[in-house]
Order: sequence, then C-alpha cells, then structure tokens
Amino acid sequence: MRSIIVGCGRVGAGLAETLARSGHEVTIIDHSTDAFRRLEPDFPGAAVRGDGTDEDVLRRAGAEGADWFFALTEGDNRNVLAAQLAAEQLGIKHVVAKVNDPVRAQAYTALGLATICRTTMLVDALARFAGMPGEEGVQGVAMPTAHHHHDAPEAVAAGTGAADDRVTPARVVGEEV
Amino acid sequence: MYVIVVGGGKVGYYLTRELLAAGHELVLMEKDPGRARQIADEVGSIVLARDGCEGKHLAEAGANRATIVAAVTGDDEDNLVVCQMAKHHFDVPRTIARVNNPKNEPLFRHLGVDEIISPTRMILGAIEQDIPVHELLHLAQLQGGELEVIEAQIAEDSPAIGRRPTDIDLPDGCTMFVLIRDDVAQPITPETSFQAGDKVLAITRTECEVDLHRELIGEASTASAV
Repeated sequence: MRSIIVGCGRVGAGLAETLARSGHEVTIIDHSTDAFRRLEPDFPGAAVRGDGTDEDVLRRAGAEGADWFFALTEGDNRNVLAAQLAAEQLGIKHVVAKVNDPVRAQAYTALGLATICRTTMLVDALARFAGMPGEEGVQGVAMPTAHHHHDAPEAVAAGTGAADDRVTPARVVGEEV
Repeated sequence: MYVIVVGGGKVGYYLTRELLAAGHELVLMEKDPGRARQIADEVGSIVLARDGCEGKHLAEAGANRATIVAAVTGDDEDNLVVCQMAKHHFDVPRTIARVNNPKNEPLFRHLGVDEIISPTRMILGAIEQDIPVHELLHLAQLQGGELEVIEAQIAEDSPAIGRRPTDIDLPDGCTMFVLIRDDVAQPITPETSFQAGDKVLAITRTECEVDLHRELIGEASTASAV
C-alpha cells in the first residue's frame, strides 16, 4: 500500500508514523522542513518538501498511482484543492480531505469528496462526555454522498440532505485508518 | 446583471471600479475587515466584509440571483472553493476563477469552473511572442481554453523536415492549417514538404500539445530553452 500525506502537522505526522509502521509505503509532503521535526528520527517513510496543492510537486513525490491520499494541512481550501487534484488528475481512489468548517465539509461530501471534520468530531465527543446523546450519524470520515462532483448539483438544488440521498460510497475508507 | 466579486486585492479592487463605472450591479466580498472598509470608503457600501468561500456568506451576498461570480483572490484554492460553492449550491450560471498556477487550469475546468483566467499564462504568451522560450508559441485560446492556436517553428533538427502532412502522425483533434515560409502564408496541401525555417500554424487540444511538439519539433521537453 502506498500512501501520500499532505501536511506534516500533529495529525499528518502521527498518521504517517502509524501507517509506515504498519507496512504502508508513506510519503509525507509539507512546505516547511521544520514541520518534519514532528516525525521520529527513525521514521521509515519519505518526507518531501513542497507545496502539496501543486500537481507537479505531487507527481514528483510519486503520488500518481498511490492507494491512499490524505490532505491534512491547516487550510480547509488547500486540503480541498489537494484532494481534488489527487482524485481527478492523479487517479487516486481513496482520498480524504480534512475540512474543519462543518458547512464546507458537508458541501464537499455532497460534491463527491470524503471529508473529516475536527469540529464535528470534537463537538460530538465532548457532548457525549457531558452525558448527551451526541449528534446522530457523526462518523470519523464522512463519506461522499454522490459518486462524482457532477452528480451533486441535483441533490443540492433539490434540498435533499446527506442522509436522504446516501449512495454507496465511491471511495471507501476502511477500518485500518 | 448582478455580479459578485470575491477578493479585494488589486485585481478585485480595479474590477469593482470598472464594473461600477459601467453601471453594473455588484457586491465585492473581502474577508479582511480593514481592507474591506478601506475599499468601501472609496466605492461605497457595496463591500461585504465576509469570506466568499463560505456558503452562508455567499447566500448573504445574494448568490442565488447572481449572473456571474468572479473569484479573483491571490490563492488558487480559495478561488476554486468560491466557484464550486457558487456553481453547485447557488446554480450561478457563470463562474470565473483567477488561477496563478497554470497547471491548475485542467482541474478547475474539469470541476465545472466556467471561465479560467491565468495571468501567468497570459504574460508567458506575451513574452513568447517576442522571445521564443519554447519552440511552440501559444497564439490564442479557443473554446474557453480547451483548444489552442499554436505556431511551431521547424528547426534544422526537426523530425518533420522533408516529410509531407500525411506522413506526420498528428494527435486526434489537431489540425495544421497554414504554413509560413519566407514570410509568405500558404495553405498546407498533401504536396507540402516541410523545410527548416517553416512556421506551422495549428489548432490543437491543450493536452495534445506534447504529441504535436514531438512530431514537429522533436522529443525535447517543451520547457527547454532555445
């Protein structure tokens, strides 16, 4: 399994270590070499300095033909761009974008992108901790509610929510993440 | 016609002024409150200090009745998100994105952005007309950038020399339409035999440019200098 991670923050670095140690061939990309200090000195993967929203950089990092792609920078829009490059231009099947704005996260699941939203997850976890039932249907990674971005407009225009219109996810994210 | 401009940098600012002068109804969205106030002081209360990447703010700006949304911030990723939101959530008929990295053009087009303006490519085109950086000159874009009119210079070492048009393996969707030899334009006929110094004008799909380069100029990368 080959995995590409864009963004070497705490989440990116942590995921890189976990995947690399369970046998994935991991390449992590960040525009700052300082960020790579978050990796263990004996990190068994590759670290590439560059802009993860630049198609050339992604290709040079060997993203084409990768099995997994995780866009985990601090910028929602950068993640959305990187993830769509990965899915549409580089043909990567399993793509996830971290989108911390819940509204935008939901919008992009409706456009065919798997997203993970820190805000929603934290709110849900803390509400549960405080004894509340939590929000229904909150999951780690929100799967796309349309196969492809071209499928989305009808669903959105018709005002059908994510839950009403669920189809089999095009990009499945399994338990190993 | 109602226009929403997103991004109050230099481009957004002058665009707003020009559109206002032409009598269009518009709103400028600029997320930095200081910059928004500064522009509002000059052009009036058509500036909304909101982030145009967010659906609820686009709704506030009246995106559902906008004819055009122009995303002209300095960041490609923000411009993409604005256009995708406008297109897919508000059914805006025409979305325009400024793109800095020309490599992002195919993706933006594929994701449904209607018009893509790349200042980088435009300036590159202007420079190439004077100094041939590549041996392929980009003369014009057609069909919203899907097709390109190019000029290929046949050099001494070109694989096309001595060959006829039918011997050349042109990519699909690519047509050579005129030859310039000794400053005289002439049609390309089945009898034409290419010589060093010829200039060939062709229309090609953007993605076939590499194949066309290989056939008319040779294997060297399009990025190599003369």
